[in-house]
Amino acid sequence: MTTAGRPARLVRSREEGRRARRDRLMRGLAMAAAFVGVVPLFAVLFFVTLNGLGALDIDLLTRPPRALGIGGGASSAILGSLQMVALAAVIAVPAGVLAGAYVSEFAGSRAAAAVRFAADVMVGIPSILIGVFVFTMLVLPFRQFNAFAGSVALAIIMVPVILRTTEEVLRLVPRGLREASLALGIPIWRTVLSVALRTALPGILTGVMLALARAAGETAPLLFTALGSRLVNVGDFTRPMDALPIFIYTNARQPYPALNEQAWGAAFLLLLFVLVTNVALRGRAMLRTLST
Amino acid sequence: MLDLAFPWTTRVLAFIGVGLLGLIGLLLALNARLAFETFGLGFVTGTTWDPVRDVYGALPYVAGTLASSFLALLIAAPVGVLAAVYVAELAPRRVGVALAFLIELLAAIPSVVIGLWGVFVLSPFLRATVESWIVDTLGWIPLFRGPAFGIGLFAAGVILAIMILPTIVSISREVIVAVPRSQREAMLALGATRWEVVSGAVLPYARSGIIGAVILGLGRALGETMAVTMVIGNAQAIPDSLFDQAQTIASKIATTFNEASVGLQTSSLIALGFVLLVITVVLNMLARLLVARLATVSERLP
Repeated sequence: MTTAGRPARLVRSREEGRRARRDRLMRGLAMAAAFVGVVPLFAVLFFVTLNGLGALDIDLLTRPPRALGIGGGASSAILGSLQMVALAAVIAVPAGVLAGAYVSEFAGSRAAAAVRFAADVMVGIPSILIGVFVFTMLVLPFRQFNAFAGSVALAIIMVPVILRTTEEVLRLVPRGLREASLALGIPIWRTVLSVALRTALPGILTGVMLALARAAGETAPLLFTALGSRLVNVGDFTRPMDALPIFIYTNARQPYPALNEQAWGAAFLLLLFVLVTNVALRGRAMLRTLST
Repeated sequence: MLDLAFPWTTRVLAFIGVGLLGLIGLLLALNARLAFETFGLGFVTGTTWDPVRDVYGALPYVAGTLASSFLALLIAAPVGVLAAVYVAELAPRRVGVALAFLIELLAAIPSVVIGLWGVFVLSPFLRATVESWIVDTLGWIPLFRGPAFGIGLFAAGVILAIMILPTIVSISREVIVAVPRSQREAMLALGATRWEVVSGAVLPYARSGIIGAVILGLGRALGETMAVTMVIGNAQAIPDSLFDQAQTIASKIATTFNEASVGLQTSSLIALGFVLLVITVVLNMLARLLVARLATVSERLP
């Protein structure tokens, strides 16, 4: 019985109680899933830092691996990664940026969709197959594993990423800016280069750096191209070259704990570069969304 | 002059990119031809891989690939979709954005680093906890027969689940965010709880996109190489138990390609790669179409 003038007390039927419980349960599960998803990141970070810091010393940074047995360092791998990723960037950045400019500035909608689609599919191709592909093109004919092939393989992985970011950032550049430039009689190519691409430069650089970070961590495309090496190779792209990911892979498979430890040290270096790049570039964007 | 040359340069570069996709398929097919001509369809169903007798069959690796990827989906699909729902729909905005960022950061970790962690940390942990528990309680079922070494199919599945989780979460999140507000409001106006809004309005609307996200995750799992190679044990046989050591197409190529003699053996490995390429490209196209369709549909709606 309710008295007049006072609202009825809300009585929960059994059905409503069931619905409310189900709601709480599923929301709890969803929350648990999201937090479980973060656990591997911290687990990997924790163990790589723990084991990697212990292995990090001046020898690891400055000395090449011993030809046999244990000892030495990872300098061949560090130098190799720097050189191969740099050459890959020299190939991939102009190609990716200009192809991205085509999609955004010149292509009709169907051509743009086709290129975009192809780039997305390329991103999905397993990177080991890129390695096999480059092997058949640049290693098999010369019967020689070489660092140039490694760089080409890394470049093929970088191009679609750079293309897609360039194209997306260029679309954010206002039309009016281009029209103003054209109205001043500036030719189209200059407008695209000095107005559109210039305005989009920070975004393009972000994409390039993320692509670099990804390429620096790739192992599979290098296995059959640059091969890896125990020797320091500076500048000779016709011969095999070492790289940090290959160094980690081979040392992790060795039966000597000392070499396993070197793998952890190298993993720490690689992870440091990759994560600092990613956090610096994406973290800023995230913080901006947080503050709005 | 340049006004003509510049657009053409960019166009040529763009279509070199597209052409590369075809060239990859073409070159792999050409180099795989010898193996396909020698073994025919038997290549895919053959179970021996014997360099001494020069007989090559892909079935153990196809089986290992499918088994490990399926296991990864079994773990990562429910966790990933639920996590995406939380991050996009239920969490306070800041918490959601931060969690999504951290989960996506996981995708940036190089595969070989995850593999290193998998060998020395995750596998021993799994052996001591989950695996020994399953073997003790369910070991009488052939699928769960021990002994569990840590290294093997199960560890590979778990590692893959971790690696494809960011893909599933971030793409599911995008499609969930793209669901129009009106869909949710209609449900809420009927007195639905928040979970009922999710399960009754948001998920059905986003379904094709979420399926696309899961398929993209599957594509990544099938082709993932280094971390799997390091934890799956690289055994030659078709696995009978969840804890057997096995081999995937990608890990087979990674571990034996360099030692293979040029000729039928290399051709057979490239044929393995060609099979993998066809599967992943088809899956990727399918997934992209599913995700893209949803995006265009929701652009047309208010």
